Amino acid sequence: MREIRNVNILAIESSCDETAASVVCNGREMLSNVISSQIDLHTLYGGVVPEIASRKHIEKINQVIEEALREAGMTLDNIDAIGVTYGPGLVGALLVGVAEAKAIAYAKNLPLVGVHHIEGHISANYIENKNLEPPFICLVVSGGHTHLVCVKDYGKYDIIGRTRDDAAGEAFDKVARAIGLGYPGGPKIDKLSKEGNPNAIPFPKAHMDDAPYDFSFSGLKSSVLNYINACEMKHVEYNRADIAASFQKAVIDVLVENTMKAVDRYDMNRFAIAGGVASNSSLRAAMEVACAERGVQFFHPSPILCTDNAAMIGAAAYYEYMAGTRHGLDLNAVPNLKLGER
Amino acid sequence: MRVLAIDSSGLVATVAIVEEDHTLAEYTVDYKKTHSQTLLPMLDEVVKMTELDLQTIDAIAISGGPGSFTGLRIGSATAKGLGLALNKPLIHVPTLDGLAFNVYGCREIICPIMDARRNQVYTGMYTFLEEELRILERPVAISVGELIERLNGWNRPVVFLGDGVPVYKELLRKGLKISYTFAPQHMNRQRAASVGTLGMRYMKQGRIESAMDHQPEYLRMSQAERERLERETEEKKAAEERKKAEEKALEYKKWRDDPEAPGMEATVPDENALDGIMPDSGSAD
Repeated sequence: MREIRNVNILAIESSCDETAASVVCNGREMLSNVISSQIDLHTLYGGVVPEIASRKHIEKINQVIEEALREAGMTLDNIDAIGVTYGPGLVGALLVGVAEAKAIAYAKNLPLVGVHHIEGHISANYIENKNLEPPFICLVVSGGHTHLVCVKDYGKYDIIGRTRDDAAGEAFDKVARAIGLGYPGGPKIDKLSKEGNPNAIPFPKAHMDDAPYDFSFSGLKSSVLNYINACEMKHVEYNRADIAASFQKAVIDVLVENTMKAVDRYDMNRFAIAGGVASNSSLRAAMEVACAERGVQFFHPSPILCTDNAAMIGAAAYYEYMAGTRHGLDLNAVPNLKLGER
Repeated sequence: MRVLAIDSSGLVATVAIVEEDHTLAEYTVDYKKTHSQTLLPMLDEVVKMTELDLQTIDAIAISGGPGSFTGLRIGSATAKGLGLALNKPLIHVPTLDGLAFNVYGCREIICPIMDARRNQVYTGMYTFLEEELRILERPVAISVGELIERLNGWNRPVVFLGDGVPVYKELLRKGLKISYTFAPQHMNRQRAASVGTLGMRYMKQGRIESAMDHQPEYLRMSQAERERLERETEEKKAAEERKKAEEKALEYKKWRDDPEAPGMEATVPDENALDGIMPDSGSAD
């Protein structure tokens, strides 16, 4: 029998405001996961400033990579391929990771595998759930994305539904700002919601007749802002915890409804959640219940793998690598890269 | 000594391998294609052509700015990745130093100008003394008007080069009271061989850094930082003025209420200090 050799991938992620590197073995075993977050810096501006993010990436990237290798107990000589996020994301931020990854791959004569950021988020589930294999339905919810995806096979995706306007996480950020919670909004709303009544204010839930799996959050966001304005005009005190809880419930209800419609329609017995918003405790609880009702297995990464990280890129890169995907020295950052594109 | 040199600070992408007294290869392209797609394939071409073993280089010289923010970072990340993988140090060569070095031996003022947008140029002033490149004025981002003023002040002949020349040629012609020339096309843009040669000199002076520590020198804050700083400076100024006015008003009130206080002529408080702070000040007397 031929000996099966381990494949170690050094992965780099710099698509937004986290500089991250990781070593992943065979797509499933995370040997290191180093993340340098810039959140404190961007909090000063109420959101991510692309130029500042890019500058921070170039400052931190070598340190993060070296730490990831050290934590894994490896040198570049133990690495079989370099994986890197090349889109979607902020172009200036992506370029730092892409240029760095290409130079390392070139100097060490290693294969280079470009990874789609969303594919990374989906693949985060492979790391902690060794028994999860396609096909399954995956909901990717983050500050930049809201995608309902049918994962047909490793690296093969059908996008079933997506947001028509704001991403779910974006709506969290905007509502958090409106009620004075600041950036980033997701975790803060999650926390405050626990003190509020989710049925206090009946915020609208958007359903698209022509596209049952699509989402829309901008109407919901506007109605929250209108509610606050109306209270202020009438000099009525509003309860921030009730707003947070009611807004969050409206988002979660739609996410759960559409997702379960897809799970039923595609007759899937596995469902996974991914992306920054996937660490929202109420969303997880609601999905857990809905899945249990249907006898569907529910998978979710732990919070550290929900946020932007490089381990998920390493997991995705492994399956791309095994499928023969290789990128050249002319690999460019593609800020609006579509899922499934090569 | 053998140095790999990279410059992607402007429209030009250029890579070179230089040794003492010898340029092994140089590849320079000034064509509208993104550096992220061209830079590494160009390096690969040069390495293949010269059958170079990358491990034999002693350092990587990188044009470290100023320049296009994104262009600088593409070059910088490439150099940092190479430095990390090959375990070699980096030499930070300021972009304008590298440009000035193109005009080797020039005894006049060498003035590289790069278009910095927002009606500014990145510029510096250099000259050669014996065989050494001397900096007369360090790299800065200033308006062309200010550059003209400074150059007229030096009152010496000038050679211009850089991608700012076609943009500001007419303004320079109108404003300069000194004699000047424009460097011809074989030396008027970034050349990696210059960056590498100058880089070797800097290396001999001990001016190297680790791939980890290297980062570009932008000479300019990001727009968001600049606006925040302006806002904060304004707010601070307003707060200081407010505080000063309050103190003055308090001083005046103390003087007014104190029967032992010296006469009017001894302290003359600023009447305006009360404006907006003590609305009843007018009726005090």
